[in-house]
Amino acid sequence: MSSNKKYWKSVGELSQDNSSVVEALKHKEFVEEIPVDEFLGDDKTMESSSTTRRDFLKYVGFSTAAASLAACEGPVTKSIPYVVQPEQIIPGVANFYATSIANGYDFASILVKTREGRPIKIENNTMASTNGTANARVHASVLDLYDSLRLANPKKGEADISWTELEAEVIQKLKTLQASGKEIVLLTQTFASPSTAKLIAEFTEAYGNVRHVVYDAVSESAALDAFEKRYGVRALANYDFSKATTIVGVGADFLGDWQGGGYDCEYANGRIPQDGKMSRHIQFESNMTLSGANADKRVPLKPSEQKVVLAKLYSKITGTSVAGKLSPYLEDAVEKTASELNKAKGNAVLVCGLDDVEAQTVTLAINEALGSKAFDTKTPSMIRQGDDKAVSALVADMKAGKVGGIIMCGVNPMYTLPNANEFAEGLARTELSLTFTMKQDETALKTQYAAAAPHYLESWGDVEMKKGHYSLMQPTIRPLFDTKQFQDVLLALLGKTLTYHDYIKANWKDSILSGSKWGQALHDGVFVSEANDKTALIDPASDANAAARSLAATPMASGYELILYPKTGMGDGQQANNPWLQEFPDPLSRITWDNYLTVSEADAKDIGLYLAPSDFFTESSHEATGGLNGKYAKLTVNGASVTAPVIIQPGQAKGTFGLSFGYGKKEAMKIEMQTGVSAYPLYANFNAVQDVTIAPVDGRHEFAAVQLHNTLMGRGDIIKETTLEIFNTKKSSHWNPIPVVSLNHQETPVTDPRVDLWDEFDRSIGHHFQLSIDLNACTGCGACVIACHAENNVPVVGKEEIRRSRDMHWLRIDRYYSSEDTFEGDNEKKDGFSGLSGDNGSLGGFVDMEAPSANPQVAFQPIMCQHCNHAPCETVCPVAATSHGRQGQNHMAYNRCVGTRYCANNCPYKVRRFNWFLYNGNDEFDYFMNDDLGRMVLNPDVTVRSRGVMEKCSFCIQSTQAVILKAKREGRPVAKGEFNDACACSAACGSGAMRFGDVNEEGSPISELIKDDRAYHLLEHVGVKPNVVYQVKVRNTNEA
Amino acid sequence: MASHYEAPIRRPLVTGEKSYHDVTLDVVKPVEGKANKQWWIVFSIALLAFLYGLGCMIYTVTNGIGTWGLNKTIGWSWDITNFVWWVGIGHAGTLISAVLLLFRQKWRMAINRSAEAMTIFAVVQAGLFPIIHMGRPWLAYWVLPIPNQFGSLWVNFNSPLLWDVFAISTYLSVSLVFWWTGLLPDFAMIRDRATRPFQKKIYALLSFGWSGRAKDWQRFEEVSLVLAGLATPLVLSVHTIVSFDFATSVIPGWHTTIFPPYFVAGAIFSGFAMVNTLLIIMRKVCNLEDYITVQHIELMNIVIMITGSIVGVAYITELFIAWYSGVEYEQYAFLNRATGPYAWAYWSMMTCNVFSPQFMWFKKLRTSIMFSFFISIVVNIGMWFERFVIIVTSLHRDYLPSSWTMFSPTFVDIGIFIGTIGFFFVLFLLYSRTFPVIAQAEVKTILKSSGERYKNIREAGKSLSGTGSDARTSGDKSKNTKQ
Repeated sequence: MSSNKKYWKSVGELSQDNSSVVEALKHKEFVEEIPVDEFLGDDKTMESSSTTRRDFLKYVGFSTAAASLAACEGPVTKSIPYVVQPEQIIPGVANFYATSIANGYDFASILVKTREGRPIKIENNTMASTNGTANARVHASVLDLYDSLRLANPKKGEADISWTELEAEVIQKLKTLQASGKEIVLLTQTFASPSTAKLIAEFTEAYGNVRHVVYDAVSESAALDAFEKRYGVRALANYDFSKATTIVGVGADFLGDWQGGGYDCEYANGRIPQDGKMSRHIQFESNMTLSGANADKRVPLKPSEQKVVLAKLYSKITGTSVAGKLSPYLEDAVEKTASELNKAKGNAVLVCGLDDVEAQTVTLAINEALGSKAFDTKTPSMIRQGDDKAVSALVADMKAGKVGGIIMCGVNPMYTLPNANEFAEGLARTELSLTFTMKQDETALKTQYAAAAPHYLESWGDVEMKKGHYSLMQPTIRPLFDTKQFQDVLLALLGKTLTYHDYIKANWKDSILSGSKWGQALHDGVFVSEANDKTALIDPASDANAAARSLAATPMASGYELILYPKTGMGDGQQANNPWLQEFPDPLSRITWDNYLTVSEADAKDIGLYLAPSDFFTESSHEATGGLNGKYAKLTVNGASVTAPVIIQPGQAKGTFGLSFGYGKKEAMKIEMQTGVSAYPLYANFNAVQDVTIAPVDGRHEFAAVQLHNTLMGRGDIIKETTLEIFNTKKSSHWNPIPVVSLNHQETPVTDPRVDLWDEFDRSIGHHFQLSIDLNACTGCGACVIACHAENNVPVVGKEEIRRSRDMHWLRIDRYYSSEDTFEGDNEKKDGFSGLSGDNGSLGGFVDMEAPSANPQVAFQPIMCQHCNHAPCETVCPVAATSHGRQGQNHMAYNRCVGTRYCANNCPYKVRRFNWFLYNGNDEFDYFMNDDLGRMVLNPDVTVRSRGVMEKCSFCIQSTQAVILKAKREGRPVAKGEFNDACACSAACGSGAMRFGDVNEEGSPISELIKDDRAYHLLEHVGVKPNVVYQVKVRNTNEA
Repeated sequence: MASHYEAPIRRPLVTGEKSYHDVTLDVVKPVEGKANKQWWIVFSIALLAFLYGLGCMIYTVTNGIGTWGLNKTIGWSWDITNFVWWVGIGHAGTLISAVLLLFRQKWRMAINRSAEAMTIFAVVQAGLFPIIHMGRPWLAYWVLPIPNQFGSLWVNFNSPLLWDVFAISTYLSVSLVFWWTGLLPDFAMIRDRATRPFQKKIYALLSFGWSGRAKDWQRFEEVSLVLAGLATPLVLSVHTIVSFDFATSVIPGWHTTIFPPYFVAGAIFSGFAMVNTLLIIMRKVCNLEDYITVQHIELMNIVIMITGSIVGVAYITELFIAWYSGVEYEQYAFLNRATGPYAWAYWSMMTCNVFSPQFMWFKKLRTSIMFSFFISIVVNIGMWFERFVIIVTSLHRDYLPSSWTMFSPTFVDIGIFIGTIGFFFVLFLLYSRTFPVIAQAEVKTILKSSGERYKNIREAGKSLSGTGSDARTSGDKSKNTKQ
């Protein structure tokens, strides 16, 4: 644009006189002549100068050379721009791809968030009707992609080998085996993949003598056998707990990994009281599990008793008579449960987790007899296919030398088999052994070939999670290493040139899509075909009667029983090298970096495994730093023994112990991650319940627990709860009262502006973010914890630091046990204290309340920064590094923080986390932030914090800002619902316990939730006005 | 001649029939003389402790606060305990020199110099902690309201930590000026006596050209009075503001309105105890028994007894209010203090601070030098525990039981504390060898150099003639010229 404005250069220009200088400046740079000639022309001065022309040139030469040499030393970091910019990749904008995880243990349809081509986070696929929510392990699986110990290329023994060589050699060997008539075995994980199944069938056809054995490390074989026998399909019954009003669990942790998991969301749906109704959940179990913790009534009992209970329930529902004896307590529980089940009929459901075909048969029969609506055999779950008998037979055959070649994929039998030694013997006798693996693990070390397998985020695949419910797996990044997936190699072994991608596509077009678009299915990640139910009840109830009778006759175990279970954070152990999961606190024990033997207090005292809570002079359960200690116990099952550290687990049935799978892995593991002990050697006959002998072992184990105090101390206003009956009949002011303070001797609610120290801002303008947490819907699964970890670049600090109570989690799920039988009992006890000493005194009373009850009620409470509108942290920061945002967030300016920690001290919720050390780029903390590969998972939108600064939950401000900026870029106001669940935690929460949004947006779920009768603020009486609101927990204690 | 009634007069503040010159010589002796072996031994130990502490501080700054025993729940422990402890100790000096000046308590003259030196050295130790306890101490200047180019960033005037910054720095500067003002005539005295040119030069610089003219003295008096007026409110304000760090928070056990008077009383209590500790040693080592007499020690013991009782009342009031408030969190905080995992610290505090000073009701005990020394140490320990109890027991079990944990110090925590004790003694020992440890100019104003002596001579029936002169000052002319 042209302009005829005139700009003046100096004040002199404006004044009329003194124009000579101005005039001169217009033409020349300097007003006066520069005496160049005078200086250079004066020979005398030039000659008298000590610097000669040669000297001058020497200096110039030297300094130029020195400068350029110095410049050579600089580090060169190459950053190469795209030659051709891909259309979809815009720096700073995330791309999402729908894919699936199907690692043999976890099966879920998910979205993968990628930034600049790097997958950085897993999110739920809300379009999926089946398994669309990721659990904690699936959320953490993105970090496995960037594991620095991954197998980078195929190996033959110790040596590297190329894929073409490997394929050629394997084909050669297969041909030889085929010629010699020896058997070829494919030992694989559960794929639940139609295309892989077809491919394996083709492979079998091509090579003739091929046996396909499916092996699940943690077996569901009994349930599969029972279902297969009854319905003719090797699958698992499907349950929809949202349709059930009465739920009975017998040894089934269906909120955990029972039968592949994925049932918690529907369960949570039914737990939110609506129209005065919520489901009632009764749990019979030995270990304290997530399901037991969420139950309205929990009955601790031994596994052998569970069988009798099951038989008796069957008899009371079907009218068949069975024998069997139970203690009066259990008899009573069975009586009441049966009556509730009978009353609810079709609205009831019963699930069982015993590794016993009879028990599983009876379970199916009970649900049939009830006509349970929640029980579904038409679309059974396909995600467990393992066959114990086949695996046992294979090991025997291998040992006998009957197997010529074995190709494994997704399994690590050398780690997971109880008889791994026999397997190793068998392996040595094969002529070909090949395993597809991401790690040079225990099995890969014993096979001839280790084929480097890609991570699922680098692979193609398809999964049929439930009959007719398909899901697609697509790569979200080019393979990081020289890897090739099992199916591609199978195709090569079949001599085909097409890729597995083409193979799936063709297969889907032929047999699955039935006219729908492949592109659409790939975009959605999921596809539901028209129901083609072939499952039908083949076998009448007769065998169930027999099974029930046989169950009822189960002899009561005289000794101790051990129940092996998969831990929420570690599953079957294939992700053991994942620091997020190692540091993930177990929802129940809240212990990180370990597995342990869970023992009831009574048994611990009997066996000598008990440590007193505090004692100055002898060993005690806690150190001066607060660190938790435990004794060791040696467990022996069928001659195999394992020494494990012991924790006292409230709720553990007397006479039983629990030990989790997934730990004690040694190969291809960083030294820090080699934690715990392996439970697999005790997993005889793939039965999770074992008779066990136990002996105390000398020594003391140091645990790293993030929560050292387990009870609520009668502080009922922290977790407000009520019963369904009171909830339905009384006003909310009765069961959810607002705390009051005295103002002029009048009891005034703390929410009254007159008792407020501060002037209130008008918060009704613009966006105002709040988060609602429903304590009824939260099962404590911990998916949000890992999602938050991934989204916000939260550092991993290691076992030693956790033991010093320095965990960095921005979001934690507090777990409390009741000290009395119920939390209500705690409150009553505390309110009943009178005086200091004596039977009812507060001195002894509070000490009693520090210990949980033997079968406590459990409550979970997710806690993150409450983003107080009157934040106590903000007033005390001397440099104003933490201050309030206009949108309700409590901001934290990391680069302003000087690290006085005053804010953390003054936080009533203790959610602030301090960077005690430099956690990134520090050899002392060799987890994921300290190698180039691991760092690729970092979210570029969130600062990696340096040492000495405070950090905490930001309400994912990067996500809410992204929404606002997107709207701004598109020139529109933020659309309705756009902020909903923008936080990583609420987005990860499949159960709907966490809802985030803009309260100023009319009609948003959050604006309704904050007005709910159940809504309350944590520690409301402190008057800090949090932006996180909790919903009162309601327990359904109605014994129908 | 003793026929008339002689009213019982106050006990003399300086004993030993000192003449003016005696005072000069006694005060100047450590400065002009050579250090003995003991001094070197004590100094070496203090220096070693200081260097060890310095090493720990450097270790902290290079590695991070993680080297301490703190955790997610307990964000402050030994750092702020030490800070408050040292600030508290720093209280006695100003109280003695300013408040007692205004109240014309002349006994203060013998001890105010050292008490104030102690104050300044203690505040230096205290000042270290707010800086090194920061996660990023190199940015410590951000707590000062300095115009900057970081944008419109300014300090947060709502924060009690910021008030601390102002309170402590004001206190340090006023105390320093007050101390130095008092030192001027004494430095001038040393300057005038100095024979070595270097020493003369140094003391000339330190004495700011004091000439001893009447005008100098007049200004000296006026400035002293003005500064005493300025410093008196500081005695109350500094620890009041330090107590605000806790009192304005929302943590049960911290959020207490009683804190300002309670902290001030506690500070005077611990300050006097530290004065007693130091002076009981110093009067012996520097032969100052005639100046710092048992009477001084007794008076300080009385102050310790009174402030100790005030502190005791405060402790009991806290417990009462916790019960009376009906707030369960408050009640548990105090119940936990007295009976929880840190009960040993609470009862150490109670024993040291409330019970032990009660012995001072007995004249025999409060005039016993050994016992006074013992109690002064006990009180110092007790007051350290008081701050530890307030900080750690309140934090370690606050609102949400899920976050409850424990604190245990690491060698770095302990090392830094030892280091500051070492640093304090290094400074104090250097001071005792280079500074006039008694305000000799002031002490000379309360010296009864003539009356008592003449009375004694007269009572002995001796002639007073020829007794007017002191051989050491005006007697022998040849001696004089030698000097």
